[in-house]
Order: sequence, then C-alpha cells, then structure tokens
Amino acid sequence: MLSFIQNMGRTALNFLSALGRITLFSVVAIRWIFTPPYYWQQFFRQTLDIGYYSLPVVGLTTLFSGMVLALQSYTGFARFSAEDTVATVVVLSVTRELGPVLAGLMVAGRIGASMAAEIGTMRVTDQIDALDTLSTRPMQYLVAPRLLAGTLCLPFLVLIGDIIGVFGGYIVGVFRLGFNPAIYLSRTLEYLEISDVTLGLIKAAVFGFLIALMGCYHGYHSGRGAEGVGRATTNAVVSASILILISNYLVTALFFGV
Amino acid sequence: MPTTPKIELQGVAKSFGDNAVLKDINLQVAAGESLVVIGTSGCGKSVTLKCLNGLITPDRGSIKIDGVEILGGGRAALEDLRRRFGMTFQFGALFDSLPIWENVTFRLRQQQKLSKAKARDIAAATVTDLGLAPHVIDQYPAELSGGMQKRVALARAIADKPEILLFDEPTSGLDPITGGVIDRLIIDAVQRLGATTVTISHDMASVRRIADKVAMVHNGVILWCGDVKQMDNSGVAEVHQFVHGLAEGPLTQTAASKQDGQG
Ligand SMILES: Nc1ncnc2c1ncn2[C@@H]1O[C@H](COP(=O)(O)OP(=O)(O)OP(=O)(O)O)[C@@H](O)[C@H]1O
Ligand SMILES: [Mg+2]
Repeated sequence: MLSFIQNMGRTALNFLSALGRITLFSVVAIRWIFTPPYYWQQFFRQTLDIGYYSLPVVGLTTLFSGMVLALQSYTGFARFSAEDTVATVVVLSVTRELGPVLAGLMVAGRIGASMAAEIGTMRVTDQIDALDTLSTRPMQYLVAPRLLAGTLCLPFLVLIGDIIGVFGGYIVGVFRLGFNPAIYLSRTLEYLEISDVTLGLIKAAVFGFLIALMGCYHGYHSGRGAEGVGRATTNAVVSASILILISNYLVTALFFGV
Repeated sequence: MPTTPKIELQGVAKSFGDNAVLKDINLQVAAGESLVVIGTSGCGKSVTLKCLNGLITPDRGSIKIDGVEILGGGRAALEDLRRRFGMTFQFGALFDSLPIWENVTFRLRQQQKLSKAKARDIAAATVTDLGLAPHVIDQYPAELSGGMQKRVALARAIADKPEILLFDEPTSGLDPITGGVIDRLIIDAVQRLGATTVTISHDMASVRRIADKVAMVHNGVILWCGDVKQMDNSGVAEVHQFVHGLAEGPLTQTAASKQDGQG
C-alpha cells in the first residue's frame, strides 16, 4: 500500500519535472526565434517539409473524413427528417474539429517523428556538440526555426484540409445522396461563421507548435545509440498526439460560446 | 618564474548518475605544446576533452585557459571561449544535411558575411591542403569514406585558425598510411597555427609522432603524465602494458575484477 502511494507520488513528481523541463525548453527556444542571427535557410527547409510535403497526407485524410461525415450525418439526421442539415454539419465539424485534429495527428506522425529522428541522430553523433564548438547555438539553429515553421505552417495546411474536407462532403452529398449542388453549397456557407474557421486555425497553430516542440525536445534529449533515437521518435509522436487531444479540448473550452 | 599554462585542470570530477567517470583530473598543457591523452576504452578521455571547451560541465574542479577560470562564467563567456577552440569528434560529427563546403566553412560563415563563391574557394583551398580533391566540396559527408570524413572534420576544425585544437581519435579506424598522413597534417597545421593541442589516441605509432607530452587516464585520475620520450620507461605497470599492448597486466585485471563485481 505504502509503495503504491510512493509510486503514485514518484510518477506525479516525474510528470511535473518533465513539464517544467519542457516549458523551460520552449521558453528558451521562443526567445531565440526573436534574436538574430535568423537561420532562414533552416526555416524554409522546415516550411517545405511541414507545409508542402504534408499536403497529400492531410488532403487524403480530410477528404475521406468529409465524405464519411456526410454519409453518417445523413443516416443520423434522416431519422428525424433533418437531412438538409448535412451540409452545415459537415462544414462545422470539419472546420472546427476534424480538420485541425486529423491534420494535427497526421502531421504529428510525419513531422514529429522526423524531427525527433533527425535531431536525435545529431545528438548521438555529436553533431549538436559540433554546432556548439562552431559558434552556433543549437537551440537557435535547430529548434527555433522548427517551432516557428510548425506554428505557421499548420494553419495553412489545415485551411487547405478544410476546403478539401468540405469538398469531400459535397461530392458525397451531391453524387451519392442526391442533394442539389447549389443548395448544398449555399447550406454550407449559410451557417458558417468566420469564428468557426479561426477557431480551427488557432487550434492548428497550437498543434503545430506542440508537434515541433515534442519532436525537438525528445530529439534533443535523445538517449545514446540507435535505441535512444528510436525511443525519442516514439515518445515524440505519442506525446504530441496526446497533447493535441488535450489542447484541442482546452482551446475549444476556452472559446466555447464565443 | 614559471609561465602560466595554456590549459590547466585541477581536481576535475564528473559523474553520470552512479558512474563516476572522472574523479580527480589534474593536468597542465603549456602554450604550443602537443599533449596526447591515452587510456583504455571508456576511461573518460572523450569526457575530459569535452570538459575543456565546456561541452560537458564537470561536477567539481577548476579549468583554466590562460590562467582564466572557465567554469561558472555563464553562457556568453563560454561562447567567447569556444571561438578560440577547434575540435574534431571521435565519430566525425560532420553535418549530414550540408555539403562539404558548408561543413568546412560553417564557423566562418557564422561569424562573417561570406559570399557563396568566396566560401567555396576557402573550402576548396582547405581540403586541398589536406590532400583531398577540390571537387569533394560539393559532396555530402555520407558519400565520403571514413578517412576522407576525418580529413574534412580536421579541415572544419582548423578552417578559422583557432589557438587551441582538440582532436578525439583523429586516426582511429584508418589504415596506417592514411593515419600517418593525418598525423602529418596535424603536425603541419599545428606548426603553421602555433596552436596548443590535446589529442586522444589509441594508436601508439601516432602518439610517438605527434606528442610532446603524454597523459594516461585510468580510474578517473591521471595515472601518469610525462614527456613522450619517457613513455617507455615510466616505471608504471599500467603505462607499460598500454604502450606495448599486452593482454596480461594490471589494466586487464582491473577490467576483469570490475566485471566480477558487477556479475
Ligand atoms: N553523455 C553521457 N551520458 C552518460 N554517460 C556518459 C556520457 N558520456 C560518456 N559517458 C560515460 O562515460 C564513460 C567514459 O566515456 P568516454 O566517451 O569519455 O570514454 P573514452 O575514454 O573516450 O573511450 P573510447 O576510447 O572508447 O572512446 C563511459 O562509461 C560512458 O558510458
Ligand atoms: Mg572516446
């Protein structure tokens, strides 16, 4: 019994100290984002990787989610003859929830893993120490551009994902469920407010930051050897995914009713 | 009156968890001198080297460069200090994502605005000095052989002529000829730059070529330190065993008894 409580206590303490370390890490990195020299080349490379090369994954995910959403909501709403709300349900769910969360989770798998693997490999092969010896701050050169790119790219990615997702709903609505295209479109826009989209984009920015933060943090503190890098990669993806789901609720609750 | 040593370590200790790697390291290196650190694998040579330019912070002790304490001086002081050092790492540590010319001129380009053409010229000149073909500057580290990577790492470390050079096993894993060439390059570079060097090496032939002074690390302390010419008659059994690469001796006994203790 006592050891159970001890274990609980130790877990809680470990959790808090990890939280503290991560917070400190991000504060330092954010400070370097705004301090010259700026490593634009690093930033553009990351932007390309996060923003451009993630497009297919995010596009496919949101396309099929929009499609399935149209089918499912039709099934549900047909039971109380509210089929015409399908377009509204699709656009609101995609922009407020599904777009950011699904894109976030997919990018967490792709980018969180690759950042952790790249930085982790640099750690275990002494490349991070080498940066230090070559008058370059690793936090500023490696971490800051990635955090910035993650935070800025995800909203764009999600915006495109939103459009594709809504389009998926439209395809199913028009070609499978027999809605009139013009009416489906006007229903889509009728109840959509700017705040729905911005809420989604704010979430996306938060997720982008968290994904890059977890990728960089776990890579930076990678254990030794290939095994250490492997563990860092797994931890980055798992922790980024969990943080996305938690912060998704927190951001939604914060803006609830707004 | 004794002059201030370029590098001076006093009572340096460092543990990783329960693993007390360095216990009490005391060392002095005079300006312009070439010290080679030897010792069995895992005895803490690389850790010692990394303490010198602040990549690892010791738990205790004092490290002075030109008589100035470097520990506890804060980040800015450390960054200034590191500019005076050049270092190569045991496993190269070239930046995989950058071509050779960017690797070699990395620090130069951090410190001054250099046009791409100018930087490539400098890189080409530096690698040619080290016996590589100038066209390698457009290749990536993964495309080079181990020996070529070691030379590029050397080029990167000396490109902006630092006053102290740290080399972690610059010739390990190379054939004797290439190893000899690298030793030559180190000696040349050092003479040209007038630099103070600390080199880690397992290769006794190489030690005899490049060392003025030799220090042996064992069980977290400097077991023996002296002129390279006295290395063969140091009177210390461990040094004798190491220098002659004998399977039997005090070093192997301690390794065996350590394993017994763990098992
Ligand atoms: N960052 C680190 N974290 C934990 N332990 C470390 C770290 N760096 C080194 N060690 C430990 O310190 C000890 C000495 O390592 P070091 O790399 O200095 O050995 P070495 O003398 O250079 O050996 P080798 O000749 O094999 O390179 C080893 O037991 C190693 O496991
Ligand atoms: Mg070593």
